[in-house]
Amino acid sequence: MTAAPQSTTAVAKTGETSAAPFLIALRNAFAAALVAFGLCFPIVSYHAEANINNELVLTGRWPLSIGVSVLVFAYVLFRQMSPPDWRLWFDRVGSVAAGGMGGALVEAAREGEGVAPPSRARLSFSKWFGPFALGFVVLYPLIMLGLLGPAGSLKWINNYGVQIMIYVMLGWGLNIVVGLAGLLDLGYVAFYAVGAYSYALLSTTYGLSFWVCLPLAGVLAAMWGVILGFPVLRLRGDYLAIVTLAFGEIVRLVLINWVDFTNGYAGISGIPHVSFFGIPFNDDENGFAAIFHLPYSPIYRTIFLFYLILALALLTNFITLRLRRLPIGRAWEALREDEIACRSLGINTTTTKLTAFALGAMFGGFAGSFFSVRQGFVSPESFTFMESATILAIVVLGGMGSQLGVAIAAAVMIGAPELMRELDWMKQIFGPDFDPTQYRMLLFGAAMVVMMIWKPRGLVSTRAPSIFLKEQKAVSGDYVKEGHG
Amino acid sequence: MPWLSSPLLTVENLTMRFGGLVAVNAFSFMVGRGDITALIGPNGAGKTTVFNCVTGFYKPTEGRLALARDGVVTEADLETVTHASGRHATTANGELFLLERMPDHEIARKARVARTFQNIRLFQGMTALENLLVAHHNPLMRASGMTVLGLIGAPSYRRREAEAIEKAKYWLDKIGLMDRADDPAGELPYGAQRRLEIARAMCTEPVLLCLDEPAAGLNPRESADLSALLRSIRADHMTSVLLIEHDMSVVMQISDHVVVLDYGMKIADGTPEEVRADPKVIAAYLGVADEEEVESIEKELEQ
Repeated sequence: MTAAPQSTTAVAKTGETSAAPFLIALRNAFAAALVAFGLCFPIVSYHAEANINNELVLTGRWPLSIGVSVLVFAYVLFRQMSPPDWRLWFDRVGSVAAGGMGGALVEAAREGEGVAPPSRARLSFSKWFGPFALGFVVLYPLIMLGLLGPAGSLKWINNYGVQIMIYVMLGWGLNIVVGLAGLLDLGYVAFYAVGAYSYALLSTTYGLSFWVCLPLAGVLAAMWGVILGFPVLRLRGDYLAIVTLAFGEIVRLVLINWVDFTNGYAGISGIPHVSFFGIPFNDDENGFAAIFHLPYSPIYRTIFLFYLILALALLTNFITLRLRRLPIGRAWEALREDEIACRSLGINTTTTKLTAFALGAMFGGFAGSFFSVRQGFVSPESFTFMESATILAIVVLGGMGSQLGVAIAAAVMIGAPELMRELDWMKQIFGPDFDPTQYRMLLFGAAMVVMMIWKPRGLVSTRAPSIFLKEQKAVSGDYVKEGHG
Repeated sequence: MPWLSSPLLTVENLTMRFGGLVAVNAFSFMVGRGDITALIGPNGAGKTTVFNCVTGFYKPTEGRLALARDGVVTEADLETVTHASGRHATTANGELFLLERMPDHEIARKARVARTFQNIRLFQGMTALENLLVAHHNPLMRASGMTVLGLIGAPSYRRREAEAIEKAKYWLDKIGLMDRADDPAGELPYGAQRRLEIARAMCTEPVLLCLDEPAAGLNPRESADLSALLRSIRADHMTSVLLIEHDMSVVMQISDHVVVLDYGMKIADGTPEEVRADPKVIAAYLGVADEEEVESIEKELEQ
């Protein structure tokens, strides 16, 4: 359906000079409808369904195909017959309706932006928004607890708070590799898995506590980062992406197949839960609730987990921000901008890339060990390619290299699909058969498409310089490179 | 020939083959200490290949590239280091490096050879100041205790960083970009980008600065400024300059020594005056085969 309005536009423009505009419009509209029908034929006209004997049967949906074609016919006809200033509006509606693939909206958006001069307003926005958001996040569990009580707030702190914070941390960790050093890593989940299994195995085998395992998990993940880094250092761009993707899969397959070590598909259960510096969160007389004279509730453990992951994420953020201002951080960004120039300045690109891989992996390892202490159970199921893709999408959506952008993107990417589960009230409008959760991924995809049209460089598309003499001006995304691999 | 008495870089028998193509063929020349040496020749003569060999971006097929960083070294020392397996030797007169054995970043860091590129390679998304600070990477990296001291904000690192910023400011002032220090390099005009690239290379404190067509795309006024900048680099910073250039006005004005390359072979080597008068050079530039033809063309031009 996309191609139809687009292809006819060009025809219409050349034909407009001739005498019979209505006939030309009619002809174009008919051609568009024909194309739409042709496109509908294989994907819309038939619907495969399993019948009661579990056989696939095709049901015809011809009225639907014809309806779509008629719609396209009417759209193209009206668009061409309308005055010119309406056409822009038509184009916008058309391209959004067609999944945003039409070029018109992109054009319109670019027209508005131009080659944007460094936006100072945006930089000052991030200056006040950052602390505000941090304050909100710190108070979030308490606000929820106050509003909804211990039972009602559990879901909000756990499913939203903790879950989002894990992805914020993973996004920030991957941001070092992808956003700063410009190395496209599609297998980041491998380090998350290394961290998770490190804690799971060390704690169940040797009975080590979380606080001992946490740095060990980071070190082990960093080690694997270096091990992956070495062979792929010479690769760039697509090749690097493919090899890192393969590495992520290898780690998962090893976890599945090395049954003696990892217990395979069954995973590792009975991982010790987190304790409040030695005080367990249970209903014993030595438990957290009893000692602090509180009524027992699982909410305390969740709140502690929330603050734990918040602290880990803030540590990641603090170190990353600090590193950006150090020679190593500048070398990462320089590497993203131009690797050959880096070498001409005496920067050892091998070690620079390896440090980026190792540090990114280390934070992934921290997040992984948090994951297993939270779940109490790990299995290879949790570390599929989908996870890597989600984390990478968070970094790209956030705006590569921007800490604030990544945090917002994580909240949107993880929070929004969760929020869709809350739309049960829509059943009252669309009837009891309507299940809003089924549309989650659809709306999610549409949101991504719209994002990429309006903000192709991510939510925060400007780069903040690491140092300045007179005033810190944001660097427009037009100048910042994405890295070659 | 002053460059023979005190050579900084001695290139002997440099040969570079790409498959069957011989880009540079048994090319030998010397870069004098404190000289501005120009490497000229028609397009495709192999000048940039020589540059890439000197700066380590290519490994030469054959040849020896010896850089006596601190002073004149004896022939015996050179022989010793060549037969040893190492990359450099400490002689009575300081460090001697064999560039053909070193990777590119070590040539920049240890032998102190800096370069610029024919197509400008600035870090476009970083500000002018950041570009200059990246050039201080190695000393700052040491000062930051391989990042550990820097992370905790140790005063020794802060002092060193402040020095680096001062030095960057000096260069920004020198190339007239002080007002644009906080602007991204990609936003600067072309001539300013060329100057910034030279300043960035100078921030690594090189003994030899290799410039690949620094005047390309500059207007006459900017070319004159460039000549002044290069002269001051030689005078104030004890840095020798090796440059590839097509703009003959710049070459003849500032260079002490001109080497001419054609089809990968040296056809002339001498002072600008000598080279300018050399019929072989004129023949190469006019694209004709022998000297008689040159004379006839010259006569035609005079008429």
